[in-house]
Amino acid sequence: MNWITNYVRPTINSIFSRREVPENLWTKCSECGTMLFHRELAEALNVCSNCNHHMPITPRARFDALFDGGVFTEVKVAEPIADPLHFRDSKKYTDRLRDARKQTGEKEAMLVAEGSLGGTPIVAAAQDFSFMAGSMGMYVGNAIIAAAERAVKLKRPLILFSAAGGARMQEGILSLMQMPRTTVAVEMVKEAGLPYLVILTHPTTGGVTASYAMLGDVHLAEPNALICFAGPRVIEQTIREKLPEGFQRAEYLLDHGMLDRVTPRGQMRAELISITRLLLNLPPETPALPGPETAEPEAPAKEAQKN
Amino acid sequence: MTHYLEFEKSLAEIEGKAEELRAMARDNSEMDVEKEASALDKKAADLLNSLYSGLSAWRKCQVARHPDRPHCKDYIDALFTDYTPLAGDRNFADDHAVMGGLARFKGRAVVVIGQEKGSDTKTRIERNFGMARPEGYRKAIRLMALADRFGLPVVTLVDTPGAYPGKGAEERGQSEAIARSTEKCLQLRVPVVSVIIGEGGSGGAVAFATANQVAMLEHSIYSVITPEGCASILWKDANRMVEAAEALRLTAQHLKELGVCDRIIPEPLGGAHRDPQATLRAVGKAIEEMLADHDGKSGDTIRAERRRKYLNIGSQGLAA
Ligand SMILES: [Zn+2]
Repeated sequence: MNWITNYVRPTINSIFSRREVPENLWTKCSECGTMLFHRELAEALNVCSNCNHHMPITPRARFDALFDGGVFTEVKVAEPIADPLHFRDSKKYTDRLRDARKQTGEKEAMLVAEGSLGGTPIVAAAQDFSFMAGSMGMYVGNAIIAAAERAVKLKRPLILFSAAGGARMQEGILSLMQMPRTTVAVEMVKEAGLPYLVILTHPTTGGVTASYAMLGDVHLAEPNALICFAGPRVIEQTIREKLPEGFQRAEYLLDHGMLDRVTPRGQMRAELISITRLLLNLPPETPALPGPETAEPEAPAKEAQKN
Repeated sequence: MTHYLEFEKSLAEIEGKAEELRAMARDNSEMDVEKEASALDKKAADLLNSLYSGLSAWRKCQVARHPDRPHCKDYIDALFTDYTPLAGDRNFADDHAVMGGLARFKGRAVVVIGQEKGSDTKTRIERNFGMARPEGYRKAIRLMALADRFGLPVVTLVDTPGAYPGKGAEERGQSEAIARSTEKCLQLRVPVVSVIIGEGGSGGAVAFATANQVAMLEHSIYSVITPEGCASILWKDANRMVEAAEALRLTAQHLKELGVCDRIIPEPLGGAHRDPQATLRAVGKAIEEMLADHDGKSGDTIRAERRRKYLNIGSQGLAA
């Protein structure tokens, strides 16, 4: 028996459950130092209006902006064994996990959801850098497998946003094994003839880049995202020289043939709609379909209610 | 000359003394040292036994990296006939960290691929210490595709500190190369059997070791990160590698318990380098048995089994 397929009915992620952003706060841009009004920053999807710096964004905020009307249904992920190695460094792994959960309000470093994108039903997964640096452990592996299985079952494209410092060391070899496991997931989607689109966001490094993040049918990246296997510091220590400006950034990877496009966050949704519809050979999105600003909350797509 | 590891210092002294006595006796036929020398031999054997009966994780890392340990080339020379190296990734270069080509194993045609660390300063530099660049993975992908096309089983010999953290390797997309190599391993309709003969270093190892069956030599290691790297990140001190090695559970014995390693190949007392011939034979026997396990299976079954194996990894943790 495959323990992954222990599928549980998806829970509806109500539009009302979104966390309220405190309106009286300012955020300083980590790049140019400009003070940005929270609400405006959130409306700009955490992109600095002064210097165009793309700040981290949570999977939930991303999905609110991605799916039609901000409506999506979470896909249930099989729960892995907790702390399989009984790992502790200066702190117990179980304590680190508990702290990350408390800080983020999320269960783990990846969120999987289904909904529609410009009228096209899709499954999406997004990695959460704020949760233990987005690190790839067994849960993230299970999340990608759940996303792939759901995409294949519903015959939908899979869209994945990557963001990770690499593998989760506290899960040792089992984190490394997520490289082949997630690759099996990607293969399932591809064999079903479905598009698998990857959006690499800042930063995507290590074993994540060397598995599912580099196996897309199309690779998009956000501007200036760091994308690499070995990080710049490790390379500088090895070769004992300073790396050039922009090394391993999205634009550099585009120049070196590893990406299809570098797309600003504000244009990502429109581009993803267009690419999925082209790959599925569907006509262009009809303008009448609701966008995220104008939409009323709507019922999830029919397929989502089955099962 | 025997190369002793740091924890073998007292052993080096005893064995050195026995050696010295015998050398003296060779020069002076009047001397009878045999009794004394044999006593030292016995002492050394007892010490070796006690040192190796419960090697810590960090000591296993040192044994796995032992410079005299048999390397990929030794296995290919000893266990395969008609070895015909095939070079190049048809794109940029031939990576000398990766050996590979057509060969016969017990008469049967196979494709063999592995990382070679080199055995002296010159060959170590040539082989980049067993750290592949993107071309190495792309050569492996090419050879695996060839194997698949002609129905030849693939045998991989894994021994690498990891992928090469160099500028060119990143420029030429080593992430993509590793991802594609792992993907290729998973696509094959021929059996892939893998032996971790020394160091299984992170993504560089996965790209070769995503196999139907993975065997590990008794003192080999397989890890998401080197203990030194882990210590410097989590303990903020690279010198805490002893603790990091322990915490990472990177030994063959732990990996067997976790379902990542399918079988452990025993090493001679004192490690593979103390009796290379016995080690080579034991590895040969394991490869033979692992290949035989797939006889008569269809390509689809072989591929489906490999995938299922990886999906199921993680269903068991270590006992408390
Ligand atoms: Zn700014």
